[in-house]
Amino acid sequence: MKFVLIGVNHRTAPVEVREQFAIPEARLPEAVKELATYPGVEEGLIVSTCNRVELLARTTNGTADLNGFLQQLYGFDPAPYREHLYEYRERDAVRHVFRVASSLDSMVVGEPQILGQVKEAYATARAVGAINSQLDALLTRAFAVAKRVRNETSVATSAVSVASVAVDLAKKIFGNLQGKTVYLVGAGKMCELSARHLLAHGAKQIYVSNRTYDRAAALAKKFNGEAIPFDQLYETIPRADIVISSTGAPHAIFRKEHGERFLSKRRNRPMFFIDIAVPRDIDPEMNKLDGIFVYDIDDLQQVVSSHVADRRVEADRAEAIVQMEVDKFQGRLQTLDVVPTIVSLQEHLETVRQAEIDRVRGRLGTLTPEQELAVEALSRGIINKIMHTPITTLKSAARESAEVTTVIDLVRKLFGLRDARAAAVSHEDDAVTSEKTGARH
Amino acid sequence: MPLIWLRVAVVCYGVGLVYSVLLLSKRGNLLGKLVEPAVGLGLIFHFVSLVESTILVGHLSLASIHYSESLLAFLAMVVFFVFFVGYRTTSPGIIIFPIVFFLTFASAIGQKPVTLTSPLLRNGWIFVHVVLIFTGYAGLFLSFGASLLYLAQERALKSKRQTQLLTWLPPLQTIDDIGYHALLFGFPFMTFGIVTGSVLAIAKYGPMFFYDPKILLSFLMWAVYLLLLYTRWTAGWRGRRAAFLATVAFVVAIGAWAANNFSRVHRFIAS
Repeated sequence: MKFVLIGVNHRTAPVEVREQFAIPEARLPEAVKELATYPGVEEGLIVSTCNRVELLARTTNGTADLNGFLQQLYGFDPAPYREHLYEYRERDAVRHVFRVASSLDSMVVGEPQILGQVKEAYATARAVGAINSQLDALLTRAFAVAKRVRNETSVATSAVSVASVAVDLAKKIFGNLQGKTVYLVGAGKMCELSARHLLAHGAKQIYVSNRTYDRAAALAKKFNGEAIPFDQLYETIPRADIVISSTGAPHAIFRKEHGERFLSKRRNRPMFFIDIAVPRDIDPEMNKLDGIFVYDIDDLQQVVSSHVADRRVEADRAEAIVQMEVDKFQGRLQTLDVVPTIVSLQEHLETVRQAEIDRVRGRLGTLTPEQELAVEALSRGIINKIMHTPITTLKSAARESAEVTTVIDLVRKLFGLRDARAAAVSHEDDAVTSEKTGARH
Repeated sequence: MPLIWLRVAVVCYGVGLVYSVLLLSKRGNLLGKLVEPAVGLGLIFHFVSLVESTILVGHLSLASIHYSESLLAFLAMVVFFVFFVGYRTTSPGIIIFPIVFFLTFASAIGQKPVTLTSPLLRNGWIFVHVVLIFTGYAGLFLSFGASLLYLAQERALKSKRQTQLLTWLPPLQTIDDIGYHALLFGFPFMTFGIVTGSVLAIAKYGPMFFYDPKILLSFLMWAVYLLLLYTRWTAGWRGRRAAFLATVAFVVAIGAWAANNFSRVHRFIAS
């Protein structure tokens, strides 16, 4: 296992630097292929999003010059950006991949997009054959870890943007937003964003009213909604379950007595007012009416920041899970390391056994089937007894990590085995090449 | 034997009671995963107990006060589960579990059951009357519970603080639906229960039966029940006002239940 990871992210580099390193989606397959065929690199993966660019490689002996690769890829010398670049090896690289996939390394911890982005990068790398064995295992594990983190901690459950908090609250009032009506008063950017969120969660009808009718009409068109002249605002508002208000009015346009009228027209079905205007559009007194819920921008912000604090606590628990998974993965990979040696040891002794039986067969004359079986059993028994200790030693060495390579070398030397790992790798290469040629036909 | 099963059921319901108390003391849902299987198991034992005591007597009969308390608790739990299946939420349990627990508990610790000796109770129609009325009660309990939860959730939403309660309780709309549907569900049972009761009483006591405290309270409860539905249909009353009416109905129902002690018509103990 010779994992190396090099990259920039939102923490180490400002956007001007990240821009330099970003790889457009269209170029990604070509770039990752280039990485996987770079001298000293066996497998490669590139993740490029607006917050990070990560190059992950499994190298032949841990000495591949990834900085050299950066120069080749981007056509400029990465040296001036050294302070923004981070590099992880082995265990640290594994941990970093797990953390990124679990969204613990994200700007907004727990945001769900990153997992999808890593999965896409993985699919791209697989498609061009840049991933085949150990990186595959690493990424598959990373996805499982991300799932575990999501299921076992609440790091990703609380909403941390004003718009998503508004959606959460609406759900807390109405259950689900299926078929609910949203009324936008004012045609500002924030209104639009919140409306988009509500629609994404199932809200059905959108009404827009604005002092300038044309702007209302333009916004309504975007959502397939209906624009309503501003002078009909008060008659039409009772149609809405959710009202988002963001006008530039200098004082409240909805007061308690309006609320009472809306409620009686709606036969007391609840209404949710979201006031994102400053100065406020909605008199806070309206919140006192049964069945009307008013949240202003500060209320929403407050929810957001309490969620952010919750996430931090949960993130610690998530880190513990990641740590545990890194250890587990490490152990598994080391066991993988000894497998080829065990296999060739078994093959070697089996060849010896067969050869010896063939050699003495002539002298034994014809054997009855029972005798034949006895000879088989005898020779096999001896071989198994001899192999038992070396195999157990190899397996336990794999678990205890540090001296694993020494033990592998020793066993190989003692039994005169050929370099099993080299054999395995060349075998894999064959497999990949034949797969590729297969695909071409 | 029925008493043993009933006591096992009481223990199971006890889990529900502790769950409610923990939630009210904002300890979060420590028993969240345990409570459904526990009260479900309680319901099964409860059922066994009811069946066995019926077999013991030889026919459907309301042989004792304890038996009828047990029956009421059982029906309340059944109604709770009907709604649990519909809405996948245990939250009305916060009110229902304690009621069911204390009813079952009272009926399970009865060392010397008060035996109702009136021959009237051998009548199968009485049994129908009681089951109908009790199912109506159960619907009312559930609705009452839901209206309290509605108030709690409404307050949590208006306070704008992120409380445990806010995340634990189902959405306002769902609570409202549960309360309303529980009312709708219970009303026909209550109505037919009162009708059968009246018919039976007229047959036995003549029209004078009406001036009995138990009967008067029952009719009052029915009227409040109807008023609840009426205000809901016409003005869409919910929240505080509906909770107020539901509380009145609940208190009258408790009164009607307790009035057994003062009632001539409804006492059923030959003296």
